[in-house]
Amino acid sequence: MTSVAALARPTAPTEGPLAALSVASLVGNTPLLEIRHVRDGVAAGVRMWAKLEGFNPGGSVKDRPALKMIDDGLAGGRLVPGKTILDSTSGNTGIALAMVGAALGYPVKLVMPGNVSLERKRVVAAFGAEVVYSDPLEGSDGAIRLCRKLLAEDPERYFKPDQYNNPANSQAHYETTGPEIWRQTGGTVTHFIAGIGTGGTIMGTGRYLKGQNPAVQVIAAEPEDAFHGLEGLKHMASSIVPGIYHEQELDLKLGISTEDAYAMVYRLGREEGLLVGQSCGAAHVAGLQVARTLREGTVVVLFPDFGDRYLSTNLWLGWRAIEEPG
Amino acid sequence: MAQVRIPTPLRKYTAGAEAVEAEGGTVAALVSDLDRRYPGIRERICDEKGEVRRFVNLFVNGEDIRFLKQLDTPIKAGDEVSIVPAIAGGA
Repeated sequence: MTSVAALARPTAPTEGPLAALSVASLVGNTPLLEIRHVRDGVAAGVRMWAKLEGFNPGGSVKDRPALKMIDDGLAGGRLVPGKTILDSTSGNTGIALAMVGAALGYPVKLVMPGNVSLERKRVVAAFGAEVVYSDPLEGSDGAIRLCRKLLAEDPERYFKPDQYNNPANSQAHYETTGPEIWRQTGGTVTHFIAGIGTGGTIMGTGRYLKGQNPAVQVIAAEPEDAFHGLEGLKHMASSIVPGIYHEQELDLKLGISTEDAYAMVYRLGREEGLLVGQSCGAAHVAGLQVARTLREGTVVVLFPDFGDRYLSTNLWLGWRAIEEPG
Repeated sequence: MAQVRIPTPLRKYTAGAEAVEAEGGTVAALVSDLDRRYPGIRERICDEKGEVRRFVNLFVNGEDIRFLKQLDTPIKAGDEVSIVPAIAGGA
Protein backbone atom coordinates (compact mmCIF):
# COMPACT_ATOMS: atom_id res chain seq x y z
CA MET A 1 0.00 0.00 0.00
CA THR A 2 1.06 3.50 -0.42
CA SER A 3 2.43 5.11 2.68
CA VAL A 4 1.88 8.52 1.31
CA ALA A 5 1.71 10.87 4.24
CA ALA A 6 -0.45 13.89 4.35
CA LEU A 7 1.44 16.69 2.70
CA ALA A 8 -1.19 19.20 3.58
CA ARG A 9 -1.39 21.33 6.66
CA PRO A 10 -3.62 20.14 9.49
CA THR A 11 -7.01 19.26 8.19
CA ALA A 12 -9.45 22.10 8.45
CA PRO A 13 -12.84 21.37 9.91
CA THR A 14 -15.43 20.64 7.23
CA GLU A 15 -18.12 22.54 9.07
CA GLY A 16 -18.16 25.69 11.11
CA PRO A 17 -15.68 28.53 11.13
CA LEU A 18 -12.12 27.88 10.00
CA ALA A 19 -10.78 29.22 13.22
CA ALA A 20 -8.92 27.90 16.22
CA LEU A 21 -9.73 28.99 19.73
CA SER A 22 -6.09 29.38 20.76
CA VAL A 23 -2.67 29.04 19.17
CA ALA A 24 -2.29 26.12 21.56
CA SER A 25 -4.86 24.17 19.57
CA LEU A 26 -2.71 24.56 16.45
CA VAL A 27 0.21 22.63 17.93
CA GLY A 28 0.99 19.33 16.24
CA ASN A 29 -0.35 17.63 13.13
CA THR A 30 2.70 18.75 11.21
CA PRO A 31 3.23 17.55 7.65
CA LEU A 32 5.50 14.75 6.52
CA LEU A 33 7.42 15.59 3.36
CA GLU A 34 9.16 13.05 1.16
CA ILE A 35 12.83 13.81 0.62
CA ARG A 36 13.31 13.11 -3.06
CA HIS A 37 16.62 14.71 -3.90
CA VAL A 38 19.00 14.72 -0.97
CA ARG A 39 19.11 10.94 -0.79
CA ASP A 40 22.22 10.03 -2.77
CA GLY A 41 23.36 6.46 -2.23
CA VAL A 42 19.96 5.36 -0.96
CA ALA A 43 18.33 2.31 -2.57
CA ALA A 44 15.15 2.79 -4.57
CA GLY A 45 13.27 0.60 -2.12
CA VAL A 46 13.89 3.05 0.70
CA ARG A 47 11.67 6.08 1.14
CA MET A 48 12.80 9.01 3.23
CA TRP A 49 10.45 11.42 4.93
CA ALA A 50 11.00 14.60 6.90
CA LYS A 51 8.62 15.43 9.74
CA LEU A 52 8.49 19.21 9.45
CA GLU A 53 8.09 20.50 12.97
CA GLY A 54 8.68 24.06 11.85
CA PHE A 55 4.98 24.10 10.97
CA ASN A 56 4.04 24.34 14.63
CA PRO A 57 2.74 27.82 15.55
CA GLY A 58 5.82 28.64 17.63
CA GLY A 59 8.00 27.43 14.78
CA SER A 60 9.45 24.29 16.33
CA VAL A 61 8.94 20.84 17.77
CA LYS A 62 9.20 22.39 21.23
CA ASP A 63 5.61 23.61 21.08
CA ARG A 64 4.55 20.05 21.85
CA PRO A 65 6.38 19.56 25.18
CA ALA A 66 5.83 23.19 26.21
CA LEU A 67 2.09 22.82 25.83
CA LYS A 68 1.99 19.43 27.52
CA MET A 69 4.15 20.53 30.47
CA ILE A 70 2.02 23.63 31.03
CA ASP A 71 -1.22 21.65 30.69
CA ASP A 72 0.16 19.15 33.16
CA GLY A 73 1.11 21.92 35.59
CA LEU A 74 -2.36 23.44 35.37
CA ALA A 75 -4.06 20.07 35.83
CA GLY A 76 -1.91 19.25 38.85
CA GLY A 77 -2.40 22.65 40.46
CA ARG A 78 1.33 23.46 40.32
CA LEU A 79 0.71 26.32 37.89
CA VAL A 80 -1.87 28.70 39.30
CA PRO A 81 -2.63 32.39 38.70
CA GLY A 82 0.07 34.58 40.20
CA LYS A 83 2.90 32.21 39.34
CA THR A 84 5.54 32.81 36.70
CA ILE A 85 6.66 30.09 34.30
CA LEU A 86 10.46 29.76 34.64
CA ASP A 87 12.85 27.51 32.71
CA SER A 88 16.28 27.34 31.16
CA THR A 89 16.47 26.99 27.41
CA SER A 90 18.76 27.81 24.53
CA GLY A 91 15.91 28.91 22.36
CA ASN A 92 13.09 26.88 20.89
CA THR A 93 11.65 25.73 24.21
CA GLY A 94 11.82 29.31 25.41
CA ILE A 95 9.92 30.52 22.37
CA ALA A 96 7.32 27.80 22.85
CA LEU A 97 6.88 28.54 26.57
CA ALA A 98 6.69 32.27 25.87
CA MET A 99 4.04 31.69 23.21
CA VAL A 100 1.88 29.36 25.28
CA GLY A 101 2.33 31.55 28.38
CA ALA A 102 1.20 34.61 26.42
CA ALA A 103 -1.80 32.74 25.03
CA LEU A 104 -2.85 31.57 28.50
CA GLY A 105 -2.03 34.79 30.32
CA TYR A 106 0.90 33.58 32.45
CA PRO A 107 4.14 35.55 32.71
CA VAL A 108 7.25 33.72 31.50
CA LYS A 109 10.87 34.10 32.61
CA LEU A 110 13.64 32.35 30.69
CA VAL A 111 17.30 31.70 31.41
CA MET A 112 19.28 31.58 28.17
CA PRO A 113 22.99 31.51 27.43
CA GLY A 114 23.99 34.98 26.24
CA ASN A 115 25.02 33.67 22.82
CA VAL A 116 21.60 32.45 21.65
CA SER A 117 20.73 33.86 18.26
CA LEU A 118 19.47 37.41 17.94
CA GLU A 119 16.25 36.19 16.34
CA ARG A 120 15.47 34.04 19.39
CA LYS A 121 16.05 36.90 21.76
CA ARG A 122 13.71 39.06 19.73
CA VAL A 123 11.01 36.44 19.36
CA VAL A 124 10.75 35.72 23.09
CA ALA A 125 10.76 39.46 23.77
CA ALA A 126 7.89 39.85 21.30
CA PHE A 127 5.88 37.34 23.35
CA GLY A 128 6.53 39.47 26.41
CA ALA A 129 8.82 37.04 28.21
CA GLU A 130 11.54 38.22 30.59
CA VAL A 131 14.99 36.87 29.80
CA VAL A 132 17.95 36.34 32.11
CA TYR A 133 21.22 35.65 30.33
CA SER A 134 23.79 33.15 31.59
CA ASP A 135 27.48 33.02 30.73
CA PRO A 136 27.91 32.04 27.05
CA LEU A 137 31.05 30.09 27.91
CA GLU A 138 29.03 27.79 30.14
CA GLY A 139 26.55 26.80 27.39
CA SER A 140 23.16 25.34 28.23
CA ASP A 141 24.47 23.70 31.41
CA GLY A 142 25.28 27.18 32.72
CA ALA A 143 21.68 28.21 32.03
CA ILE A 144 20.41 25.10 33.84
CA ARG A 145 22.49 25.96 36.91
CA LEU A 146 21.47 29.62 36.96
CA CYS A 147 17.81 28.64 36.59
CA ARG A 148 18.09 26.27 39.56
CA LYS A 149 19.56 29.13 41.59
CA LEU A 150 16.73 31.52 40.68
CA LEU A 151 14.16 28.89 41.60
CA ALA A 152 15.84 28.15 44.94
CA GLU A 153 15.83 31.85 45.82
CA ASP A 154 12.06 32.19 45.44
CA PRO A 155 10.46 28.76 44.94
CA GLU A 156 6.88 29.85 45.57
CA ARG A 157 7.00 32.44 42.83
CA TYR A 158 7.67 30.05 39.98
CA PHE A 159 6.35 27.09 38.07
CA LYS A 160 9.31 25.35 36.45
CA PRO A 161 8.28 23.03 33.62
CA ASP A 162 11.81 21.54 33.79
CA GLN A 163 12.00 20.21 30.27
CA TYR A 164 15.06 18.12 31.09
CA ASN A 165 13.38 16.11 33.84
CA ASN A 166 9.63 16.40 33.28
CA PRO A 167 8.11 13.15 31.94
CA ALA A 168 5.41 15.29 30.29
CA ASN A 169 8.09 16.33 27.78
CA SER A 170 8.51 12.84 26.31
CA GLN A 171 4.84 12.08 26.97
CA ALA A 172 3.88 14.90 24.57
CA HIS A 173 5.69 13.03 21.82
CA TYR A 174 4.26 9.68 22.89
CA GLU A 175 0.77 11.14 22.57
CA THR A 176 1.19 13.24 19.42
CA THR A 177 4.41 12.94 17.36
CA GLY A 178 4.48 9.14 17.50
CA PRO A 179 0.85 8.58 16.51
CA GLU A 180 1.11 11.18 13.73
CA ILE A 181 4.13 9.44 12.19
CA TRP A 182 2.49 6.05 12.51
CA ARG A 183 -0.65 7.34 10.83
CA GLN A 184 1.13 9.40 8.17
CA THR A 185 3.24 6.43 7.08
CA GLY A 186 0.30 4.06 7.20
CA GLY A 187 2.17 2.04 9.81
CA THR A 188 5.08 1.36 7.47
CA VAL A 189 7.77 3.33 9.31
CA THR A 190 10.85 1.18 9.86
CA HIS A 191 13.37 3.75 11.15
CA PHE A 192 12.92 6.91 13.18
CA ILE A 193 15.78 9.39 13.50
CA ALA A 194 15.93 12.50 15.66
CA GLY A 195 18.52 14.65 17.34
CA ILE A 196 18.89 14.72 21.12
CA GLY A 197 18.71 17.82 23.26
CA THR A 198 16.53 16.91 26.21
CA GLY A 199 15.88 13.52 24.62
CA GLY A 200 12.13 14.12 24.90
CA THR A 201 11.41 13.78 21.18
CA ILE A 202 13.27 10.55 20.62
CA MET A 203 12.20 8.94 23.89
CA GLY A 204 8.48 9.62 23.53
CA THR A 205 8.19 9.12 19.78
CA GLY A 206 10.41 6.06 19.85
CA ARG A 207 8.47 4.49 22.70
CA TYR A 208 5.18 4.94 20.84
CA LEU A 209 6.49 3.58 17.54
CA LYS A 210 8.09 0.55 19.20
CA GLY A 211 4.80 -0.06 20.97
CA GLN A 212 3.12 -0.29 17.58
CA ASN A 213 5.91 -2.35 16.04
CA PRO A 214 8.85 -3.47 18.18
CA ALA A 215 10.97 -3.81 15.02
CA VAL A 216 11.03 -0.05 14.43
CA GLN A 217 14.60 1.18 14.85
CA VAL A 218 15.04 4.34 16.90
CA ILE A 219 18.24 6.23 16.14
CA ALA A 220 19.59 9.38 17.76
CA ALA A 221 21.86 12.00 16.22
CA GLU A 222 24.16 13.93 18.52
CA PRO A 223 27.16 16.22 18.07
CA GLU A 224 30.29 14.13 17.63
CA ASP A 225 32.21 16.35 20.06
CA ALA A 226 31.48 18.39 23.16
CA PHE A 227 32.59 21.55 21.33
CA HIS A 228 30.15 21.96 18.49
CA GLY A 229 27.88 24.30 16.56
CA LEU A 230 24.65 22.32 16.52
CA GLU A 231 22.08 24.50 18.22
CA GLY A 232 19.59 22.51 20.24
CA LEU A 233 21.63 19.32 20.39
CA LYS A 234 23.60 17.95 23.31
CA HIS A 235 26.74 15.83 23.39
CA MET A 236 25.50 13.55 26.14
CA ALA A 237 28.81 12.20 27.39
CA SER A 238 29.97 15.68 28.35
CA SER A 239 26.66 17.19 29.47
CA ILE A 240 24.30 17.17 32.42
CA VAL A 241 22.29 14.13 31.31
CA PRO A 242 18.54 14.90 31.31
CA GLY A 243 16.46 12.80 33.67
CA ILE A 244 14.05 11.88 30.88
CA TYR A 245 16.82 10.55 28.63
CA HIS A 246 17.27 6.79 28.73
CA GLU A 247 19.96 5.79 26.31
CA GLN A 248 19.21 2.09 26.64
CA GLU A 249 15.96 2.66 24.74
CA LEU A 250 17.88 3.69 21.62
CA ASP A 251 18.93 1.21 18.96
CA LEU A 252 21.80 3.40 17.80
CA LYS A 253 23.35 6.80 18.41
CA LEU A 254 25.33 8.54 15.68
CA GLY A 255 27.83 11.33 16.24
CA ILE A 256 27.59 14.04 13.56
CA SER A 257 30.16 16.73 12.85
CA THR A 258 29.10 20.35 12.79
CA GLU A 259 30.67 20.80 9.36
CA ASP A 260 28.68 17.90 7.86
CA ALA A 261 25.45 19.17 9.43
CA TYR A 262 25.98 22.71 8.09
CA ALA A 263 26.76 21.36 4.60
CA MET A 264 23.53 19.38 4.76
CA VAL A 265 21.56 22.51 5.66
CA TYR A 266 22.93 24.20 2.54
CA ARG A 267 22.03 21.18 0.39
CA LEU A 268 18.49 20.93 1.76
CA GLY A 269 17.93 24.58 0.91
CA ARG A 270 19.19 24.30 -2.63
CA GLU A 271 18.02 20.84 -3.56
CA GLU A 272 14.77 20.39 -1.64
CA GLY A 273 13.64 23.97 -1.13
CA LEU A 274 13.78 23.48 2.62
CA LEU A 275 15.41 26.19 4.72
CA VAL A 276 16.06 24.44 8.02
CA GLY A 277 18.10 24.76 11.19
CA GLN A 278 21.38 23.02 11.92
CA SER A 279 19.81 20.29 14.03
CA CYS A 280 17.76 19.30 10.96
CA GLY A 281 20.98 19.07 8.98
CA ALA A 282 22.50 16.83 11.64
CA ALA A 283 19.41 14.63 11.77
CA HIS A 284 19.35 14.21 7.99
CA VAL A 285 23.06 13.35 7.88
CA ALA A 286 22.26 10.59 10.38
CA GLY A 287 19.17 9.62 8.40
CA LEU A 288 21.19 9.23 5.22
CA GLN A 289 23.82 7.15 7.00
CA VAL A 290 21.09 4.78 8.16
CA ALA A 291 19.14 4.78 4.87
CA ARG A 292 22.24 3.88 2.87
CA THR A 293 22.55 0.61 4.77
CA LEU A 294 19.04 -0.49 3.80
CA ARG A 295 17.58 -2.21 0.74
CA GLU A 296 14.07 -1.21 1.62
CA GLY A 297 12.34 0.66 4.37
CA THR A 298 10.57 3.80 5.42
CA VAL A 299 12.87 6.23 7.17
CA VAL A 300 11.38 9.18 9.04
CA VAL A 301 13.72 11.99 10.10
CA LEU A 302 12.40 14.62 12.48
CA PHE A 303 13.26 18.19 11.43
CA PRO A 304 12.82 20.29 14.59
CA ASP A 305 12.39 23.73 13.01
CA PHE A 306 12.95 25.96 10.01
CA GLY A 307 16.07 27.96 9.32
CA ASP A 308 14.87 31.53 9.35
CA ARG A 309 15.74 31.97 13.02
CA TYR A 310 19.40 31.15 12.35
CA LEU A 311 20.09 33.68 9.61
CA SER A 312 22.11 35.86 11.98
CA THR A 313 24.20 32.95 13.26
CA ASN A 314 27.50 31.51 12.10
CA LEU A 315 25.54 28.97 10.08
CA TRP A 316 25.03 31.70 7.50
CA LEU A 317 27.23 34.57 8.62
CA GLY A 318 30.46 32.70 8.96
CA TRP A 319 34.08 33.46 8.49
CA ARG A 320 34.04 33.09 4.76
CA ALA A 321 31.71 32.44 1.90
CA ILE A 322 29.70 29.27 2.18
CA GLU A 323 31.65 26.49 0.60
CA GLU A 324 30.00 24.52 -2.13
CA PRO A 325 28.28 21.61 -0.48
CA GLY A 326 30.07 18.35 -1.11
CA MET B 1 50.90 37.14 28.48
CA ALA B 2 47.26 37.31 27.48
CA GLN B 3 44.41 35.82 29.45
CA VAL B 4 42.38 33.22 27.52
CA ARG B 5 38.88 32.32 28.64
CA ILE B 6 38.08 28.69 27.91
CA PRO B 7 34.50 27.44 27.25
CA THR B 8 33.30 24.44 29.26
CA PRO B 9 33.63 21.87 26.43
CA LEU B 10 37.33 22.70 25.97
CA ARG B 11 38.26 22.65 29.65
CA LYS B 12 39.19 18.98 29.35
CA TYR B 13 42.33 20.28 27.62
CA THR B 14 43.14 22.78 30.39
CA ALA B 15 42.65 20.46 33.36
CA GLY B 16 39.38 22.20 34.09
CA ALA B 17 40.79 25.74 34.14
CA GLU B 18 38.28 28.41 33.09
CA ALA B 19 41.03 30.83 32.12
CA VAL B 20 44.66 30.24 31.19
CA GLU B 21 47.59 32.30 30.01
CA ALA B 22 49.19 32.19 26.58
CA GLU B 23 51.33 34.47 24.49
CA GLY B 24 51.79 35.51 20.88
CA GLY B 25 51.82 38.65 18.81
CA THR B 26 48.69 37.69 16.93
CA VAL B 27 45.65 35.50 17.54
CA ALA B 28 47.20 32.83 15.28
CA ALA B 29 50.41 32.84 17.32
CA LEU B 30 48.43 32.78 20.53
CA VAL B 31 46.43 29.75 19.39
CA SER B 32 49.71 27.99 18.52
CA ASP B 33 51.09 28.77 21.96
CA LEU B 34 47.87 27.57 23.53
CA ASP B 35 48.22 24.29 21.66
CA ARG B 36 51.83 23.95 22.84
CA ARG B 37 50.67 24.32 26.42
CA TYR B 38 47.46 22.32 26.00
CA PRO B 39 48.01 19.85 23.15
CA GLY B 40 44.98 19.14 20.98
CA ILE B 41 43.09 22.35 21.65
CA ARG B 42 44.00 23.99 18.33
CA GLU B 43 42.27 21.39 16.20
CA ARG B 44 39.05 22.04 18.09
CA ILE B 45 39.33 25.76 17.26
CA CYS B 46 40.77 25.57 13.73
CA ASP B 47 40.16 23.19 10.84
CA GLU B 48 42.79 21.25 8.92
CA LYS B 49 43.45 24.31 6.73
CA GLY B 50 44.26 26.35 9.80
CA GLU B 51 41.14 28.48 9.52
CA VAL B 52 38.87 29.11 12.49
CA ARG B 53 36.01 26.62 12.46
CA ARG B 54 32.76 28.07 11.27
CA PHE B 55 30.97 27.67 14.60
CA VAL B 56 33.73 29.18 16.73
CA ASN B 57 33.89 32.84 17.68
CA LEU B 58 37.04 34.44 19.05
CA PHE B 59 36.89 37.73 20.90
CA VAL B 60 39.78 40.02 21.87
CA ASN B 61 38.76 42.31 24.70
CA GLY B 62 35.15 41.69 23.74
CA GLU B 63 35.62 42.43 20.03
CA ASP B 64 34.85 39.69 17.49
CA ILE B 65 38.07 39.12 15.51
CA ARG B 66 36.05 38.60 12.34
CA PHE B 67 35.57 42.35 12.39
CA LEU B 68 39.21 43.03 13.28
CA LYS B 69 42.03 41.31 11.43
CA GLN B 70 40.82 37.76 11.99
CA LEU B 71 43.75 35.47 12.87
CA ASP B 72 46.16 38.35 12.24
CA THR B 73 44.51 40.45 14.95
CA PRO B 74 47.35 41.72 17.18
CA ILE B 75 47.59 40.62 20.80
CA LYS B 76 49.42 42.45 23.52
CA ALA B 77 50.17 41.60 27.13
CA GLY B 78 47.09 41.84 29.33
CA ASP B 79 44.57 41.31 26.55
CA GLU B 80 41.63 39.04 27.24
CA VAL B 81 40.80 36.49 24.55
CA SER B 82 37.55 34.52 24.73
CA ILE B 83 36.77 31.34 22.83
CA VAL B 84 32.98 31.09 22.48
CA PRO B 85 31.00 28.50 20.57
CA ALA B 86 28.61 30.23 18.21
CA ILE B 87 25.68 28.36 19.65
CA ALA B 88 24.30 27.77 23.05
CA GLY B 89 23.75 24.01 22.96
CA GLY B 90 20.97 22.40 24.89
CA ALA B 91 17.37 22.56 23.87
